[in-house]
This record gives sequence, structure tokens and C-alpha cells, in this order.
Amino acid sequence: MVAFDEMTGSGSELRPAYDALDRWLKEAPPETLALRRSQAELFFRRIGITFAVYGDEESTERLIPFDIIPRVLTKPEWTRLEKGLRQRVTALNMFLADVYGPKECLKAGIIPPDLVYRNACYQLEMVDFQVPHGVYCHIAGIDVVRVDADTFYVLEDNARTPSGVSYMMENREVMLRLFPELFATHRVAPVDNYPDQLLATLRSVAPRSAPSDPTICLLTPGQYNSAFYEHSFLADKLGVELVEGSDLLVRDDVVYMRTTQGPKRVDVIYRRIDDDFIDPLVFRSDSVLGVPGLIGAYKAGNVTLANAVGTGVADDKAVYSYMPEIVKFFTGEEPILKNVPTWRCREPQDNAYVLDNLEKLVVKEVNGSGGYGMLVGPHADKAQIESFRRKLKASPEGFIAQPTLALSTCPTFVASGVAPRHVDLRPYVLSGANGISCVPGGLTRVALKEGSLVVNSSQGGGTKDTWVLDA
Amino acid sequence: MLSRTADSLYWVSRYVERAEYLARILDATSRLTNLPSAYGGAGPEWQSAVSTAGCEDEFAAAYGEANERNVCEFLTFHPDNPSSIRNCLAQARSNARAVRTALTSEMWDALNGAWLELQRFEKKRMDREEFARFLDWVKNVSLVFDGSAYRTMLRDDGYWFSRLGVYIERADNTARILDVKYHVLLPANEQVGGSLDYFQWTTVLREVSALTAYHWVYREAVKPILIADLLILNRRMPRSLAACYESISRFLDALGDAYGRQGPAQRHARKTLATLNNTRIESIFQHGLHEFIEDFIVDNSGLSNTIFEQYLQ
Repeated sequence: MVAFDEMTGSGSELRPAYDALDRWLKEAPPETLALRRSQAELFFRRIGITFAVYGDEESTERLIPFDIIPRVLTKPEWTRLEKGLRQRVTALNMFLADVYGPKECLKAGIIPPDLVYRNACYQLEMVDFQVPHGVYCHIAGIDVVRVDADTFYVLEDNARTPSGVSYMMENREVMLRLFPELFATHRVAPVDNYPDQLLATLRSVAPRSAPSDPTICLLTPGQYNSAFYEHSFLADKLGVELVEGSDLLVRDDVVYMRTTQGPKRVDVIYRRIDDDFIDPLVFRSDSVLGVPGLIGAYKAGNVTLANAVGTGVADDKAVYSYMPEIVKFFTGEEPILKNVPTWRCREPQDNAYVLDNLEKLVVKEVNGSGGYGMLVGPHADKAQIESFRRKLKASPEGFIAQPTLALSTCPTFVASGVAPRHVDLRPYVLSGANGISCVPGGLTRVALKEGSLVVNSSQGGGTKDTWVLDA
Repeated sequence: MLSRTADSLYWVSRYVERAEYLARILDATSRLTNLPSAYGGAGPEWQSAVSTAGCEDEFAAAYGEANERNVCEFLTFHPDNPSSIRNCLAQARSNARAVRTALTSEMWDALNGAWLELQRFEKKRMDREEFARFLDWVKNVSLVFDGSAYRTMLRDDGYWFSRLGVYIERADNTARILDVKYHVLLPANEQVGGSLDYFQWTTVLREVSALTAYHWVYREAVKPILIADLLILNRRMPRSLAACYESISRFLDALGDAYGRQGPAQRHARKTLATLNNTRIESIFQHGLHEFIEDFIVDNSGLSNTIFEQYLQ
């Protein structure tokens, strides 16, 4: 299986967007690249851009490896991608409003009702509740992969609390510092207006009763969370308080933060805490991260949560397999971005096929994320395959399977020099009361191991700067 | 500002100040113990270093004998000592990390850089020379952090809470040094001012880096009453209790003005400052230096609690 290469296509050509980069790579001595890479690492370590790996006792803070060779998209490629992303996120929001409201798509038979009703992420609390301005998924991260010059597939929708956008911004920052000459020869669309767009999005969805200058805060589980760096980074760029659950209190269905001058009313909460932990009175009662009474205040219309509670039902991997139908049903258009062909193991025929072809397929847990709990058939040994076979037989409804895609590759600076490695792309899509916005590019993740298809940082993946060329 | 943010800023400064203080104690104690016993060396200095650091109980639980190796180990890297230099810097960084955005990047660099560097010191066995370098390094970390705060922080409530941490901790440290030196080092039958004391008292001055200042201020041989005057009442001496309270009162007033409200913390600080300004060192000695210092330590930690109740919870 030969993968499409972002720079060389099928291997024999040089794609125009990579022209200057190719020349630069050929001219730059390997020592310079190695030096620049270590400078980049130093930069990331000094600013403390680290992430925690759960279950890794050795080091609670690690750096995500950064690759200095950018991934380049042309303007036309991005324009088409962006159109598809807008369409997809519009459909996601309409789907959420529907499953918590009139349920037209269930009545029309677009998706089996039990996939919604029996979904652990479907929150009964949200049924018939009008979210402020009708927006559920304010911040979405849509993972796309490329298989040839023209085809992008959506691999996964992240509609809960997608992370990684700080890497998108810091990667650009470090590239600008280390390689100013490359930016002189390339017209790269900037990404540093993301915080402004995010702030505008959050302000636009404040409750109608809020003042014209609403108070916004970012709710984090705290510094031991794997994405804490990102939370503090974003709070800083947004100019809003970074709060933990214990900094907030609810009185008479109004949320306040504890300040040195007494309680201060909060109107919008960009929360980076999962539904389950957000309010011990409604969800997990053992959660110490959340705020007792928060859901009450939310439902009284006194505070906006972004994202809304219960958005997980839209990015469930079983629901994912129905996304083409969902997009068509709600937007009346053909989906611009394709789905990866998906076998739903809950359907006996599909499951039989999957069980027969485990060594060829990628099998994912419906509720898993971060690359945990997934089987990459062609790279798994017999024991792993057999253990997955048992899991699949025991609870087929918990899994989906997809063909092993030839994710596109991008030149990457590794120990042996510059070599192709598989990449994906996570653009960030913002939905507010005034529409959708999306900064050009997103976060490119790269599987640093030769041949590996798993790009997740928790599984040894790295990141790259992503360039959308303006001309 | 979030109460938790203010609380963390306050504690970041306290921990950095305390780390520096521990380095000073260790530095001054090694100097003193290197003297022949006739000059005051080889006495209970290491035990007194533990008392000055305020962790006698923890030390007793971890070790029996107070000798150079045990005390140095305990006050620098021991995991069971919540106030070891290592844990102070770890706490400072952890608090700083939780409120990253309230610090300037220079302050964060100082702490994060120190934390990364610390692991290198921790891993190797240090000889005396390396240990001395390590202590200098700790003092330097505090200087860099303090200087960064002074030079780069916006002059608003964040800065004031951070400064309050410095001065409350510093006042506590100075008071503890005075307290311990009077009671542990001075043999009951020894006359104050004997030759044995000379080196012990100069050690006190070294611990607060005030030996030169002493000579400039008093132009006299080192005498306990003047040392006490310098460290308690002299407002020109930056580590004296009076100087600390002058700053504490000023920063609390700045907070009160900015928030448009005075409270118990402002009144408390003003009262303590007035006492320090209106007392003469002779009368402190008359009524008992020990009692005065003990009362001060209690009063100072009382103010810390009041600040917590008024602003930080």
C-alpha cells in the first residue's frame, strides 16, 4: 500500500506548493536541521508546553515531539476543505438541536433511535432545554485524513472538548522564530487570530440577560490534567480568568467566581471539564472538579456553557457512521467531506465481516478517544487480535471497524534524515450566534514511527506546523 | 482577581523566600562549625539550624542526631521535610504553574528554569565545594525571581499579594533567627558579649546578610543589643521586622485603596507597625527579648491568617 505523499504525490512528482520547501530542504545541511530541532525543543521546554501521559509514572510532564518540516496546503485545497468543515459542523449543531428537541431525524429513520437514547453521552437533562442562541458545539475539532490529491476523509468529529489548538499556535510561533527565511519565501496564512475569534464566539453566545460586556471564564480540571498547559495558554490569550471548580459557586441559580473583592458574576464558561464531572449534584457525585449547582444555573438560563452539555452524542463513533445521512438530512446538500467507510459491529452482517478480516481492519471502541482501546489489524500480533476478537464477540455494539487507510505522508525530520511519515489534520471550527469561523490550517499530527498510522500524542505521535499558502 | 490566584501568588513568593532563607542558614552554620571549638564551633549549631528552620519535629522523626550530613540532607533535598529547599522550590513552581498567566514570563522562567536545574543538583553527590555552590545558586534563584517580579510585574493587586508573601515570610524568618540564637546558642552561665558569642552573633548577621550593614550603622563592635536593634527596629535594614512591616502595611494600603475598602488586615498591620516604630530596644530587653519575639511570631502568623480570610479564600 503506497500512501499519497503531501510533497511528492505518488512519489515521482514535486507538488507545486512544496517547491521552495524542497529546495530549502536540499540546501540546508542536516546539522542545521538538527540544531534547529534542538532549539525548538528548548523553546517548548522553557515555556513549559508539556502534556501529561496518564498511567506514565516516570514523568508527569512530557513534551510532544515537534517536527520542523511544515505540512503545506494550497489555498484551493483549504477552501474546499473549509467549505466541507462548515457544512459538517452546521449539521452537527442541527443534529444536536434535533435529538434534544423535535427528534425529526429519528422519526425520519435517518439513525436508529437506540443509538441516541441508549448512548451514554445522551443527557436527559438537556431534553427540551433551549440552549442559548441555539448553539451546542461552539468549538469543534474535526479530524481529517487525506488519501489522494483530491480526497479528504473525516476520521472523527470531536464535539466535546477538543484540545491541541495551543500547539497549532505555538508551532507557528516557534517556526516564525527559527525559520524567518521560510516565511519570507512563502505567503503563509496567519493563525494567531484564533483567540480573537474564540473570544468573539464566546461573547456572542452569552445569555440574553447578560451585560453587553459579559464575564467569561475558562474552567479547567486543574494543573494535573493533561491539557492544563493549553487551558492556561488560552485563558491568557483570551484575557479571561482560568478557574477551577472550587473557584466558582452557585447562589440562587447564578454562577459567581470567588475573587479578592468578593463574588463576581459569570456569564459564559468555556469549560474543559467533561460532562460527567461538571456538576456533582447532577452527574458524578464523587466529582471534586465540578461546581455544585452549575447545571441548575445553566438550565435557568443564567450562564452559557461552551460546549453545551450532551454534545458527546454527536461525536460517538457509532453515530459517526451515519454522518453522511445526517449531513444530507439537515443541510439538504451532498456531504462535501467523505466519511471513512465504516462497518458497524452492532449489525450482525458487518460484525461477521469484521471478525473475518480483523488483520486488515482498524477496530475502534465507540466511546474511546486518544488512540486508547483501538486495534490496528495490520500492525497487531496474534495475541492482540485474539483479545480483540473476544471483546468484539462479547459486546459488538461497542465497536466499529474501518479499512486501514493509506493516510498521506509528509516529509519529516527523523533520526535517519528526512523521511515520509503519516499525518492527519485537525482543523478547529468555531460556531457562535453570528455564524461559523475557522482559522486556516489546524493541527497536523504525525506518526513518528516508520509505517505507524497512530498519530495520537499519547501513543508517540508528534506535531507539525500547518501552512495554508495564500497565493 | 481570583482569590485562588492571589493565594498562589502569595505562596509562590513565600516559598521562594523560604528557600533562600534555608540556604542562608546552612551557609552561616557551616561557617560557624568550621571554627575551632574555643571560638564557638563544634557546639549544637546543627541542631540550632534545624530549630531556626522551624522543623524540629520532622527532623527528629527522620533522624536521631543533628550532624552536618543529616541536617544538610534534611534541609535541602529530604522528601519528608515539607520545608526542604527542594520542596519549597517544587511548591513555588507548582503554585506558579497553577496560575501561570498571573506571572510574567520572566518570573515563570526563573522558577521553571530553577526547577529543571534543581534536578541536576539533586542527582549528584556533592562535595563541600559543590554544596557551597548549590547554596549560592539557591540564593541566586531567589534574587532572579525577586528581581523579575520587581521589574516586570504590573503594579496591581497581583504584585501586592506577591510582595505581601515576601515580607510576611521574611519577617517570620528574621524573628525565628533571633528567637533561636537567644535560646539555643547562649549557654545559661555565659555572659553576653564573651568571645564565644562574637562568632555566634556575627553568624546571625551573616544569616541575614547584614554584617557590613551593622558596621555602617553602628560603627561599633558586634553587640547583641545592637544586633537586636538592627534586626527588629531599624527601618533602614531591609530584613528588619520594622522594615518588613513598613512594606506590609504599604502594600495592604495599596490593596485597600484599589478595592475601596479597608479591613482587619490593614488595621492589624498598622497596629504592629506602630508598635515597632514606638518601641526602644532597651525596653524590649527589659521586658524580655524572648517574649517579644515569641509574641511577634504569633502576631505575624495571625496577620497571615487575617489576609487569608479577607482576600484569599
